[in-house]
Amino acid sequence: MATSLAARFEKTVGAAHVKTAADSLAGYRVDGIAPAILVQPESPEQAAEIVRIAIEEQRGVIPCGARTAMQIGMPPSRYDVALEMTRLTGIAHYDPGDLTISVNAGMPLAELARILADQNQFLPLAVPFFERATIGGAIAAGLDSPLRHFYGTARDFLIGAEFVDGAGALTKSGGRVVKNVTGYDFHKLLNGSLGSLAVITRLNFRTFPLQQSRRGFVASFENQAAALAFVKALGDSALTPTIIDFVSPEFAELFLEERSPIASLRIDPQAWTVYSGFEGSNGVCDRYARDLARLARMASAKNAVTILDSQAAAMLEILREAPALMSRAAGQAIVFRFAALPSQLADLLRALRSFANSSWAPSVVLVRSASIVYLGMLPRDGDESTLKQVSYFWNSVRSLRGRIELHASILFCPAEWKPELNVWQYAPSNDDLQRRTKKAFDPGDTFARGRLVGGNLIS
Amino acid sequence: MNPSIISRLQSLLGPRNVLSSAEDLALYEYDGSVDRARPELVVFPSCTDYVSKIVKLAVQHDIPLVGRGAGTGLSGGALPRGGGIMIAFGRMNKILEVDVENRRARVQPGVVNFDLTRAVEHLGLYFAPDPSSQKSCTIGGNVSENSGGPHTLAYGVTTNHVTGLELVLPDGQITRIGGKLGEVLGYDMCGLLVGSEGTLALVTEIIAKLSKKPEAVKTLLAIFESVDDATETVTDLTAKAITPAACEMMDGWTLCAVEDYVHAGFPRNCGAVLLIEVEGIAEAVAGQVLAIAEVCKAHSAREVRTAKDDCERELLWKGRKTAFGALGRLAPSNYVLDAVIPRSKLPQALRRVSEIGKEHDLKIGNIFHAGDGNLHPLVLFDPRDRKQFERAVQASEAIVRYCVEIGGALTGEHGVGMEKNELMTLMFTDADFALMRRVHSQFNPTGLLNPGKVFPLGKGCGETRIRVSPMHNPAVPV
Repeated sequence: MATSLAARFEKTVGAAHVKTAADSLAGYRVDGIAPAILVQPESPEQAAEIVRIAIEEQRGVIPCGARTAMQIGMPPSRYDVALEMTRLTGIAHYDPGDLTISVNAGMPLAELARILADQNQFLPLAVPFFERATIGGAIAAGLDSPLRHFYGTARDFLIGAEFVDGAGALTKSGGRVVKNVTGYDFHKLLNGSLGSLAVITRLNFRTFPLQQSRRGFVASFENQAAALAFVKALGDSALTPTIIDFVSPEFAELFLEERSPIASLRIDPQAWTVYSGFEGSNGVCDRYARDLARLARMASAKNAVTILDSQAAAMLEILREAPALMSRAAGQAIVFRFAALPSQLADLLRALRSFANSSWAPSVVLVRSASIVYLGMLPRDGDESTLKQVSYFWNSVRSLRGRIELHASILFCPAEWKPELNVWQYAPSNDDLQRRTKKAFDPGDTFARGRLVGGNLIS
Repeated sequence: MNPSIISRLQSLLGPRNVLSSAEDLALYEYDGSVDRARPELVVFPSCTDYVSKIVKLAVQHDIPLVGRGAGTGLSGGALPRGGGIMIAFGRMNKILEVDVENRRARVQPGVVNFDLTRAVEHLGLYFAPDPSSQKSCTIGGNVSENSGGPHTLAYGVTTNHVTGLELVLPDGQITRIGGKLGEVLGYDMCGLLVGSEGTLALVTEIIAKLSKKPEAVKTLLAIFESVDDATETVTDLTAKAITPAACEMMDGWTLCAVEDYVHAGFPRNCGAVLLIEVEGIAEAVAGQVLAIAEVCKAHSAREVRTAKDDCERELLWKGRKTAFGALGRLAPSNYVLDAVIPRSKLPQALRRVSEIGKEHDLKIGNIFHAGDGNLHPLVLFDPRDRKQFERAVQASEAIVRYCVEIGGALTGEHGVGMEKNELMTLMFTDADFALMRRVHSQFNPTGLLNPGKVFPLGKGCGETRIRVSPMHNPAVPV
């Protein structure tokens, strides 16, 4: 059956870009499930044609970029075609004087960063797998960035998109200007959609100027409460740091202590470490350093130090990659992601710690922007009770609902555990509007079936 | 309107919350735009449950519905194009909760934008979106239109400041999307609903972000001999990555009318001024003031003044925010356009606007958000002069077309509504509309909610429809 499909795809993109051999498809598995066919279009029009063929042939499609974040979400319930968008590279439009850029979906993030840096600009999308991920994949995966504290998430600087919808039509929303209320903001829906609404072909962003100096401030605290008090004081001050991330002693020990060029900071692996990033002119950075030192003293920091550009860049890189680092730190690592209100953060952390303590697995914690908690559980290899304990932990989270306004999901875990854990089990139950949105975008449920919230949006 | 429906709504809401007489309804047939459409009934619910019941009753009897805040919108978004019932949210105007620690406010849709800022400013907080009409427009209206304002240059438009909504769907169902968190699992429904111009759902509660007041603010007035010098300054500021919180431009001759009205000390003999505001910590503000002044001087600014105190600052802003009203002094009628262009094309765009004015023998003023390329060309005309009116229509259309051609957009903050729905074809293809229609019909399957907006109806496709009231000219169809 794949033969006639392959022939149709080959007619569209050429034989060299359609693959059906098992060894070519192995790298395109999603949660262990391999597609029947891989197709690599080189233009939005080709991508649209592929989608139209897939719809006609009633095949399920999962679009992908560099496939760095495919492990997010539930296993697909139908996956016939891997639609790889990495050949759609290049900049579609960039006038640095406008501080906007229009870029094709397959553009690697790292390359985009270099192009922008040449013009002294950047995109505040410092997300995991940065060195390999594509821009289209990064948006579809919806991972966040330490810089969100100041710059917001992609929804705040994605200003337009072009995509192939589930009718096989090349469609768009927004535009290339920074202020625009013409038509529905469909591009916002693509953030974190895991390819379930449309195949992204092009994205338009607002870009930002690189500041003269980017520095950071590292402070360590005896315990979590002191670290939280410092974060709160910083939030109440006049300062507007770009990053406020803090990490547990276990995180510091695993990922910061011996990492060059951070090692020379001798970060205390017994302490909670708070990292604040800031940027601006030298005068502005000096003010930040002074005020942060004062706030740290008032919060009884054990140690505090200002770090300069290269160390600050290294720190940003570690924090950027943190969820990915956690997922690689053990054979069966699980990375949970929680979002809570700053006022309820302490309660959440306390509860998570008590649940985690009842399991045996070492855990590492990163708290981002006083609202996002990444918790990595790192079970020892070969422990057969691991799934049972993780499941117990995950089910315990239910008891927090109602007490704490909370989002909880499992970002990464072994694929074979997903059916039992259900990574989206705490998604809002009133997903009627989400289902309507999916139906409008993808009436035949062609894209990424079963991957997003609820397992199956069209039921 | 069927009398039994009127009496059912009267018994639900109380007689004083239902308007049905012709003289009462006449007050609701307009908004801030030049369009008019008279509702058959205006109702004032005081809670979400009533809104739901009104919607259910309307759907049962196949009656169109439109939501309305303060009626300050500039694209006819709140006008009942299909007749029917207007749900006026003026009595749902309570601030339900201010959560200082999490910087959120939970408000009803009828809360006036600036009233929220006033309620929280003693806490060092404010609501960032600041449309010129902020002292009268409502937050519900801001959400529907995704309103902007001068300071959106730095802080973004309404969508960047809304984390949750309570909705009444067009079948009367009450639902919530988002929350205080500003995080979503699944699709970003707030991102879709904010700015959907009341065509997908009625908004009955909003969770808004509150922003922290900056430590320091400085307002500069840069005075130029020519419009070109001013626009080139803006382009250069953007290119040099200087990012003020607001950067507004007013041309010289419109400024005279503004000065006559507010007496803020604006010059009467210049080509244009830029009103630039910088905010942040004191060190950052001081540095930006110097950098901006340098760029202004490099583009032959005659003078760069810094407002010496809050009083002078507020007066300058009053001049900007009341400017369109002041221009009533210059011509019997005017038409404010709203379009966006890439910022690097500001000088050429303003030159083209001026040429279009000359080609059509019309005066066109410019008071706009220069920093984000959001033009508001102001076409002055006398509606009693039929030929002049027709030229005004043609000039307006030529300007909007030009903006889209050079990579811009139809509307930056006023919305599409019934003003520009026929122009949507300049930006969107049949495939784009097909998806928009599928989304629209998933949310609003009967089409009873705010009909005749956003989508082109194919009536005079691609034409600008500027209209004036019959009061001005009975010969002009409305």
